[in-house]
Parts: sequence; structure tokens; C-alpha cells
Amino acid sequence: MKVVINADACTGQGRCFGIAPELFDFDDLGNGVVKGDGTVTTELVEKARLAEANCPEHAISIEE
Amino acid sequence: MSHTKPLVEDFATDFDHADPQWVSNPYPIWEDLRTRCPVAHTDRYGGAWFPATHELVSRVAKDTENFTSRSVVMSNLRPTDEDLPAPIGIAPPITSDPPFHAIARRLVLPAFSPGVVNALEPQIRALCNRLLDDMGDAAVVNGGTQFAQYIPVGVIQQMLGFPLEDIEMFLQIVIDVLDSIDSSAEERQATADKNRAYFEKQIQDHVDNPRDDFTTYLLNAEIAGGKLELDHVIGTMVLTLVAGIDTTWSAISSSLWHLAQNPDDLARLVNEPELMDVAVEEFLRFYAPVTMARLVAKDHDFNGCPMKKDDWVLLGFPAANRDPEVFEDADKFIIDRRENRHVAFGLGIHRCAGSNLARLELKVAIQEFIKRYPTFTLENPSEVTFSPGQVRGARNLPIRVK
Repeated sequence: MKVVINADACTGQGRCFGIAPELFDFDDLGNGVVKGDGTVTTELVEKARLAEANCPEHAISIEE
Repeated sequence: MSHTKPLVEDFATDFDHADPQWVSNPYPIWEDLRTRCPVAHTDRYGGAWFPATHELVSRVAKDTENFTSRSVVMSNLRPTDEDLPAPIGIAPPITSDPPFHAIARRLVLPAFSPGVVNALEPQIRALCNRLLDDMGDAAVVNGGTQFAQYIPVGVIQQMLGFPLEDIEMFLQIVIDVLDSIDSSAEERQATADKNRAYFEKQIQDHVDNPRDDFTTYLLNAEIAGGKLELDHVIGTMVLTLVAGIDTTWSAISSSLWHLAQNPDDLARLVNEPELMDVAVEEFLRFYAPVTMARLVAKDHDFNGCPMKKDDWVLLGFPAANRDPEVFEDADKFIIDRRENRHVAFGLGIHRCAGSNLARLELKVAIQEFIKRYPTFTLENPSEVTFSPGQVRGARNLPIRVK
């Protein structure tokens, strides 16, 4: 499982790195970026799902 | 002035966000509009529309072709094409449209990025504690006028590097811009001129004495190798002051208003501090303070409504946050709501540039208030007042703390 951010849709709402700092970081403009290659380990599945479900811009997707 | 205006009888055809009914409790009005319209209209303010659903609010927010941000505060002073100091707008980047918007926004975002903002946490916490200390051991305190309003104004005063003794004046500037929507165009212009003179004085002081603050940052910033025009610097300073104060103040005071009336929620926050992050998002959803505005850029049909160039559109993010199509039990405050795609900070390219700072201030303010006062209740609920206009929050908020 991987998390992906659609950079065209992200406006820097800040929810993903607030909910799952293990999976997401921010750039110098405050936009969300995926850490590493976005691989979600078992213990982070719930956080990945919540990050996706809380993005107001629908910019996050989860690839199985 | 407002007392001469007729009260609204039908919000679908004659809405007014300064009407006493809308100011005191807009939520049933929005619910009614969602099912009946869902785009309301009024001839007031020279003609305006109000889409009441999440879907339509989202469409307007993301459509910068048909809607311009040239003015984002709906009032009787409607800028014409000639008034526009193109391409900057009066308060960039919030009043800028593409393509200049991206340039103006890129310039300010680094100053409000999470990394920069998070470093302010100790100073915000200290400010909250100073305000709580100042309340002494009073049994009844004012959560609005003694606490909430002074947190963002203190943060912004330090950020802009303005004199501490001018804090009361900043509050007045904010009220002039946002709350006095029923003032005449002439009155609003006179206030704008007075405020500009103040900003020019502060800028001169920073030119003479550069220091490490946001004002100096703006004075040093460059676009395409040139310094910013004075109008740009002043516009962004006005934006920081106006958008950074009333909004966060409102979010803090409305959250305290909620906790003062909901002892179960207060007890959970006190006993389960790990809930704070999700609780903050629910406060933001349920009590979203900010409604934006747009002007229609060109005649077009919007969801069956014949929108004309220069009509206002009131952009109700707080209404979108109560749309049952998007939120389960939308009209219920659920302190541990885990899935909460709220739009309190807007949507699209104009997402609130200060959202990271606002969220931090709200969180720290609630944390420190409930640490000092683990139980509290509303004193005289009938005395609580809410601000009129596009930024909604509790103003007078008497709270019994012991």
C-alpha cells in the first residue's frame, strides 16, 4: 500500500502531515509531500486512511 | 445603518448577512436554503448570491474564470474595474486573481509555513498565560474581550513588528473593515485612508530601522528582481492584520462558548488531552468563522441562476461545513469526529495562507484555558453577542470559572 499526493490539487491545507507525520511532510510553501516512496507499513494503514479521508481538496489517494 | 434596514422576511430572495437573525443563529437559515434553493439571492449590497451547499461553494471557490477575488468583503463599497490597482489588488494575495495571485502567494507562504509557525508555539503559550494571569482570581471572566481577542492581535503585532501600545487600534482597524458592513461607501473610504496613513508610518519606521519581522521581510522581498510596490506591501500588511485577527479570535471565542455549554465535551478534553487535534478540527468545522466573497467576473449561468458581472457572491464555507451531503450528522458537534474534510480555511488557490498559525493559536488557547479552568459555565447566556458580517464569532462572552 502507498500514499500519493496529487500536487495539482494540494493547496497546503495541512491535514495530512498533521494526522500522519510518519507518512507526510511539508515543503517550504506548506504544501504536503509524501515521505520516501509513500509505502504504508501495517501499523500506519489507519493513519493513511484518515489522511485521505480528511483532505478537503481530495488530493490524497491510496494505491493498494 | 442597520437599524434603518428592513428585517429579512425571506432569506431565499432577500438575504442579508447583517440581519439580526443571521447574526445570532445562521444555521437554520442555511439548512432551509440548502433544501429550498440552493442558491439564495438578494438585491441588497447592489445584488448578491449565496450558494448554500458544499458542492456549489466548492465550485465557486475553484472557478477563478467566472469569479474574481478583486473584493472579498461584501459591503456597500463595490470596486469597479477602474478602482482595481491591477494586477496587485487591494490586499494581495487574497484579492489577486491568476496569474499574479501565484506570484503574490508564493511570496508570503514561506513566512506562514508549518516550520516557521510551529516555532511560535512557546510565545503563544506565554501570551495565553499572561492573559489568564491578568484575569486574577475573578469568578466571572470574559472569554471574548479578556482572552480570545488578545491572542491573535498579540501574535500579529509581534509578527509585523508594530508597537505594542497600538494593539487597541489594530482591533479597531479590524472592526472597521469587517464589522461595519453597513457603513456608507464614503465612511469606508475615509477609514481606509486613515489606516493607510498608519501603515505608511510603520513602513517608514521599518525602512529606517530594519528588523527581523514580517514587515521587513515584505520590504526586502522581490518580484522579478524588483522590490514590491508600496501598494503591495501595505496591502499584504492590511491583509495580515485583518485576516489574522478577527478570524482566529472568533474561532477561539466560539470554541470556549461551546465548551462553556457542553460540560461533557469539556470534561473529555480535560481528561483525554490526546483528543485535542481532532477536537480542534471539529471546532473549525462546526464554528468556522470565515465566509468569503467574490465578484462575478462575467455574465454566466450558475446552477440555473443568471449571474451578472459585478454581482457579489457570498462564499459560505461555514454553510458548506454543515452540509449533510458531505458530513454525517452535520448539525451535531462530535468532539472525536475522526473523518472531517471541513473547509473552514477555504478551498482552492485561496486556501487561508495563515491556516497553520490559526490552527496553532486555537489549539494552544483552548489547552491553556482549560488547564487554568478545568470546569466553567456560561454566565448570563442572553448577554452573549456574535459579530455581524463575514467573520462570525462570540464577542461578549461572560464565563463563570468558579
